[in-house]
Amino acid sequence: MADDAAVATDVSPATSSGPAAGATRKGRPAAGPSAGGRRAKRSERRKYLEIAFFVAPALAMLILFIVWPVITAVQMSAFRWNGRGPMVDFVGLSNYVSILNNDVFIGSLMNNLLIVVLSIAIQLPLGLAIALLLNRKMWGQGALRTIIFVPYVLAEVVAGVIWFQLVQPQYGVIDTLLKSVGLEPPAQGWLGDMDLALWTVVAILTWKYLGLAVILFLAGLQGVPEELYEAAQLDGASWWQVQRRITVPLLGPTIRTWGFLSMIGSLQLFDMVWILTKGGPANATSTMAIFLVNEGTRSNNFGIAGAASVILFLIALVMAVLYQRLILRRDAKGVA
Amino acid sequence: MTRKMRGATAVALGATIALLAGACAGQGTADQESPDSENTAEGGEATVEWWHNSNTGEGKEYYDQVAADFEEANPGVTVQIEAMQHEDMLTKLQAAMQAGSGIPDVFMSRGGGELQNDVDAGLLRDLTEDAAESVEKISAFTGQYTVDDSVYALPFSMGIVGFWYNKDLFEEAGISDVSDSPTIDEFYGYVDQLKAAGIDPASVGAGDKWPAAHYWYYGVVRECTFDTVEAAIESGDYSDECFIKAGENVQDILDKEPFNPGFLATGAQEGPTSASGLLASERVGMELAGHWEPGVVGGLREDETVPDWLGWFAYPTFPGQAGDPSDQMGGGDAWAVSNDAPDVAVDFAEYLVSDEVQTGFAELDMGLPTNPAATDSVANETLAQLIPVRDGGGEAQLYLDTRLGQSIGNAMNDEIALLFAGEAGPQDVVDAIEEAAAAQG
Repeated sequence: MADDAAVATDVSPATSSGPAAGATRKGRPAAGPSAGGRRAKRSERRKYLEIAFFVAPALAMLILFIVWPVITAVQMSAFRWNGRGPMVDFVGLSNYVSILNNDVFIGSLMNNLLIVVLSIAIQLPLGLAIALLLNRKMWGQGALRTIIFVPYVLAEVVAGVIWFQLVQPQYGVIDTLLKSVGLEPPAQGWLGDMDLALWTVVAILTWKYLGLAVILFLAGLQGVPEELYEAAQLDGASWWQVQRRITVPLLGPTIRTWGFLSMIGSLQLFDMVWILTKGGPANATSTMAIFLVNEGTRSNNFGIAGAASVILFLIALVMAVLYQRLILRRDAKGVA
Repeated sequence: MTRKMRGATAVALGATIALLAGACAGQGTADQESPDSENTAEGGEATVEWWHNSNTGEGKEYYDQVAADFEEANPGVTVQIEAMQHEDMLTKLQAAMQAGSGIPDVFMSRGGGELQNDVDAGLLRDLTEDAAESVEKISAFTGQYTVDDSVYALPFSMGIVGFWYNKDLFEEAGISDVSDSPTIDEFYGYVDQLKAAGIDPASVGAGDKWPAAHYWYYGVVRECTFDTVEAAIESGDYSDECFIKAGENVQDILDKEPFNPGFLATGAQEGPTSASGLLASERVGMELAGHWEPGVVGGLREDETVPDWLGWFAYPTFPGQAGDPSDQMGGGDAWAVSNDAPDVAVDFAEYLVSDEVQTGFAELDMGLPTNPAATDSVANETLAQLIPVRDGGGEAQLYLDTRLGQSIGNAMNDEIALLFAGEAGPQDVVDAIEEAAAAQG
């Protein structure tokens, strides 16, 4: 999911530690002009060897599993290639043109954007409310926290299969329950109806990922100093005022970080949708990742799939950078 | 085994991972490469690497025995078997084909556009001369494995698609005389009667697309002459009116609303809520499916046996149809030999379609044998019912998605799924095929 982001953050401390370590050594005055220089050189070499030794495995993995495939995808996107034999049929940018004119891809992109917005719009208030509730001392607090977090721990595929069975038309648990209380479930089922399918998927995603929001917000709440609450109470602030003026603003960095994770996850959404609907009915729940798997491994249009993956990457990159620049900026400043 | 699990196996493959799988297969594993390098050496010594998908039960045991018999008859030859789950096999084969190395010596091919791709890439051995005798024997079925008059694979099972129905439920609905090859009006009569009896007439796994697409393919087989279809595939020009009619046939059937609730999201054959599962659990009257259906339905039942109530009839005919009524749509599997396989691999492939092996294959109901000497040996009666229809003199059109290759085939299936959802019309399906064909160049 958020592999790229995770890797990016892993890498930056590794690279920044190099110069930092060097700085401390350079800071030491040289003992003698010639002998000291040699020693310094040797220790310098030793330092680089050390760095190489520790960084190489991670770097090798990074190159093998991230950099090289990305380069191959870019290369592939400029060819028409069915996966057999060498890539020879160079088509320039025409794969990109055909994707951007493809209704299914545009529809998938729109679905992705809708899911980005809906995930945040639904999970933020809901997660915040639950986190605030669970932050109060009450009976069964631990058990409730666990229950809320369980869906997130559950493997995506397992959760998907369970939900797929639950929402089966006619024979599924949900339809049976609805019927037993006299309600009429949708004739084509929750996933078979083109107008309902995406909303059903969003509802399931909310169930799945709400736990993450709640747990992050709860963690953030622990960082709000108790004194502030006490001071507010002394000033006669109501519970609502305390939450609005103190808790939520101080939870800001956590919320913004969660929003970033949620956005990237929504953009790369694949597994849950694949299990529930495979992007159907009639592409109503298709996402960009579904589109590129359909084109790549199912239709053998590897050029198209390569171009789609580059476009997906660029969209995710632009949105991530914008988010960092516009929304996360003040958090970063606060840290530095 | 004989079940056709099409559709991607990808569970969570991003494009990057897929790429990587393809690329890593290039390196191959040690045990994959060793037979290839050994098999040319030292006279009689040779290893044949054989991939098949009968990886459980009797089928696996039978193929193990077949390999052992072949080794005994050919001293110095070792058959190295890799029995894999069907989808795993497709993934591994695809990876090997893309890498152009690590390709097994003898493996399964489904023919059509996929075979064409492999042939174009120079990966398959021309069997026309090398296996002339076997090709001759099963010549009725080699058409779909022929590229430019050369045969590249030996078909060992060939089935046709038709309606599998529940005799008990039909009886319950008061349908006493089910025709072997009904007209569309008779078929609509069945639908009405089943509905009147409160039974969902038919299930279709439109969520997986290809089961829905089979309706359209049959529309083509009924409305177009065989030659029209061949000419259209050859030229990429599908402007013949009959392709529109095929879509209209599907629309007419959809207007009758014969399908299970939620069919747009129903899967093909996985689990009790799939289309086959609904048939197996006696919740629908019938399902359009291929010769794999008895095995799939049996596997989805508690007692794991093929139910007695399972019957079969051919896809309905339409008034004024241009296609020969005895033409059917179906497909099968064939043994292909890779280009750098040792010569004895060809002998092995021939042995696999011999009278002896095919008879055992038929007796175990592993598929519908192509060798005429074995066609009487099919043990399951319902399955045996398909043989006279298949061999009834009509042409057998391959599943059109396989025929056209994955690129065009998937674009076509996607559009047919839209047709089922009411989001596209007959003309859109034709346009989608033509566009994909043009894009392929």
